[in-house]
Amino acid sequence: MSEVLEVALRIVLVLGAFLTLPLLVGQTEHKAMAHMQSRLGPMYAGGFHGWAQLVADGVKFAQKEDVVPAAADRAVFKLAPAVALIPYLVVIVAIPVAPGWVGHDLDAGLFFVLAVMGVGVLGSLMAGWASANKFSLLGGLRSAAQLMAYELPFLLAAASVAMAAGTLSLPGIVDAWQPWWLLWQLPGAAVFFLAGLAELQRPPFDMPVADSEIIFGAYTEYTGLRFALFLLAEYAGIVVLCALTTVLFLGGWKGPFDEALWGAPGVVWTLAKTMLLAFVVIWLRVSYPRLREDQLQRLAWQGLVPVALGQLALTGVVAVMVG
Amino acid sequence: MDGFYGGYALVGLVLLVGVAFVTVAFTANRLLRVTVPGGDKALTYECGVDPVGEGWAQSHVRYYVFTYLYVIFAVDAIYLFPWATVFAAPGFGMTTLVEMFVFIGFLAVGLLYAWRKGVLTWQ
Repeated sequence: MSEVLEVALRIVLVLGAFLTLPLLVGQTEHKAMAHMQSRLGPMYAGGFHGWAQLVADGVKFAQKEDVVPAAADRAVFKLAPAVALIPYLVVIVAIPVAPGWVGHDLDAGLFFVLAVMGVGVLGSLMAGWASANKFSLLGGLRSAAQLMAYELPFLLAAASVAMAAGTLSLPGIVDAWQPWWLLWQLPGAAVFFLAGLAELQRPPFDMPVADSEIIFGAYTEYTGLRFALFLLAEYAGIVVLCALTTVLFLGGWKGPFDEALWGAPGVVWTLAKTMLLAFVVIWLRVSYPRLREDQLQRLAWQGLVPVALGQLALTGVVAVMVG
Repeated sequence: MDGFYGGYALVGLVLLVGVAFVTVAFTANRLLRVTVPGGDKALTYECGVDPVGEGWAQSHVRYYVFTYLYVIFAVDAIYLFPWATVFAAPGFGMTTLVEMFVFIGFLAVGLLYAWRKGVLTWQ
């Protein structure tokens, strides 16, 4: 009985994180972006600085009419938002927030996470194809091209951490992590974070949804709840990417101070690092112009892939010398 | 929930929870929404102007070579993961390190070849 309860509790916590953290990031984006652009952002919903804006948005989306274009491939069109969203929920199972605090410590956690995250892009591709809209199709193809280009440096940078830690289990990687890895794995961390951003199609890598060229890419024909699920998928993706970068490269639940002196619980460190990275994601959106498609491909193949290969060599040499 | 398959049972449960979440959301939507079909609502929006021609247009896919490159490289990269867990284990040391450089060398030469052939340049 207690085992059933424990499993239920784990699932509830995973679902809770999945439903609250993306909203927190979304609200932060509303406010941080507004202030960086000398605006106030949402101020009315909920009374205090518009804190309930996204809740109000959700209520609105839930009441909107369900419109499927007559020309669309109905089944694929309707399925696409779920395919984009659910992988990020599943990935959260493997991400540890504190010692012992993890949905499940999967043996091949890192591999599992990378594999499942790749599925999300399929949602964009399905949406782009099923919309029967030229711009959506272009957007879907651009999503696919972006995944192709950035998945490789993403994998290589992650493999570098697995080599350093000698395990694929995510809690195991945090256990093995030492503060000097910050320097040792720095190129890998930068590659991982940038490639992850590109896979999420976040600015400056938002060519697949470039509004000035292809309206809103694969999501142009979507409205109401299905559109909301795509948005939720984007923010859940930000949370997952930032949490993964934290776990792999920034020491997860380990803090910089002596635990006896500053005994902040591990959860606080993990969440603080994750949110800090999420802020950087928002900051990049406000600061950088969009990269052109050829610039995107050049950055991946001529920039990130060589750096990631160099990181692998560095990790190998140092790990053998230390060991 | 122990053992190799036990862990993935939890993953399966969470997958079901995800499906349930989407189902609940759409059930709520069905109960709350208005449905007023008709008009031009079901017309493809495209760019706001009445769409011209077919929805599925032909286009020149310039990045298919990148796709080939990706498939080749990604299949290689998969082999890194099982190797990464044992490479620094006692007794492996230098051997695996040399192996790694051979491996990275192959990848790097492949990339360099594609680069020199002009594959990575937009045409």
